[in-house]
Amino acid sequence: MLTVEGLRSRYGRIEVLHGIDLDVASGEIVTVVGANGAGKTTLLKCLSGIQPVSSGSIVFRGEALTTVPAHARVRRGLAQSPEGRQIFTNLTVEENLRLGAYLFADDKVERDMQDAFAMFPILKEKRNLAAGGLSGGQQQMLAIARALMARPSCLLLDEPSMGLAPILVAQIFDVVKSLKALDVTVLLVEQNAFGALSVADRGYVMETGRITMSGPAADLIADERIRAAYLGI
Amino acid sequence: MPELLQFLLSGITVGAVYALVALGFTIIYNASDVVNFAQGEFVMLGGMITFFAHAAGLPLPLAALIAIIVTAAIGVALNKLAIEPARGAPVVSLIIITIGASIFIRGATQLVFDKQLHRFPAFSGDQPILIGGATILPQSLWVIAGALAVFVCLWLFFTRTLIGRAVLATANNRVAAQLVGINTKYVMTLSFAMSAAIGALAGVLVTPITLTSYDVGLALALKGFAAAMLGGMGNPKGALVGGLLLGVLEAMTAGYISSQYKDAAAFVVILAVLFAMPQGLFGRKSTDRV
Repeated sequence: MLTVEGLRSRYGRIEVLHGIDLDVASGEIVTVVGANGAGKTTLLKCLSGIQPVSSGSIVFRGEALTTVPAHARVRRGLAQSPEGRQIFTNLTVEENLRLGAYLFADDKVERDMQDAFAMFPILKEKRNLAAGGLSGGQQQMLAIARALMARPSCLLLDEPSMGLAPILVAQIFDVVKSLKALDVTVLLVEQNAFGALSVADRGYVMETGRITMSGPAADLIADERIRAAYLGI
Repeated sequence: MPELLQFLLSGITVGAVYALVALGFTIIYNASDVVNFAQGEFVMLGGMITFFAHAAGLPLPLAALIAIIVTAAIGVALNKLAIEPARGAPVVSLIIITIGASIFIRGATQLVFDKQLHRFPAFSGDQPILIGGATILPQSLWVIAGALAVFVCLWLFFTRTLIGRAVLATANNRVAAQLVGINTKYVMTLSFAMSAAIGALAGVLVTPITLTSYDVGLALALKGFAAAMLGGMGNPKGALVGGLLLGVLEAMTAGYISSQYKDAAAFVVILAVLFAMPQGLFGRKSTDRV
């Protein structure tokens, strides 16, 4: 579904991605794990089109994406739930969700919103409040729910567990797992390697802008080097 | 008493024009955080183009329509040629670009048209209407109605339409807006077109009363800016109330103190707002969690 080859990207003169190769098959949950600063977020930004690519290719459902502008990639079914609090703080929770479905104006929008509220009941409670007043965890849920409103065939999730209380982390990973039933392919970027690898089918390990290991998630979890470097075991 | 009423009526008329300029500021500010100081030039263009199209033999409504469309196109050009290429520059730089653009538009108008004062006929005649001992021109009613109509349309646009909320979303978080599929370049273009069209409409409505020439834009931009600041930058309701308040304040200053101090009212307002309540009357205090 998504194939990345030789992807390079730079901030100014400093190259941060040194040729990334990665592929995600339809229906899979694939995770990219790695330490802070490895380039994981930059990778997702490149895939979404909000960070320029200096070379390499991104092919999504058979179509080269590199020259497609960011907003048009959403239309093609590639949505991202960005890292941190990239929500519309001045709009209400409900308006945020409605804008997630910006490309649609049919009856399904209302049903999708009800689904989002079922997935995250706290958002329903706060639907008429300004999103800027939500707690960090609630903003994270809103970002995920908003991305799902775009009816993605492939969802890019950037650090959904970052800064959350352990009980919320577990809840977020449950949500990720449940996306499989909704036929949403997931590319999950995480520092929390153990959590991410436990819900993923396959994983990639990223270090300073390169993929250093890849394989089935179960193998990576069992790998000595990974256990030592990322799982703290 | 009729004196007070007379000042009030003329204040509201002028205030309605300020409100229209302030509404123009509001739209572009909402989409981009940029204060567009070329907003006054849009008002000037609305009046000037209408005059010359009318003088060329076109009926007044058609001339006005052409003026609004041409000005909207100039607004789009301003965005495409000056603002968009500088995207990523700090907001202050973009604001300075709009000041440069306003000087350019003024100069170009002087060359393309002329430096004379111009007027075209009022829409419903020049017979003043008597209200409680004071008088008001029929054209003043047009100006006030125009400001109210634009305000209602904008309010509906920002609160009831998806594209209106997309404009607000783009202002709040451009990257996130792109990530939900909003074409942020289009949002900017739309904002400049709407803003310029509203400015031109103000020029069309007010020229029969105040006359127009190539250099009326600067004062209007500053007054409109003061009105927008007073009401709270970015808030359509604030723009309307701020504009009317400033107009009335000016008329009272001119009437009861001295007409020489009339223009000072706007600047006193800007200073007072900045000192006492920088968010204005209706400005939203931002509620960001950090």
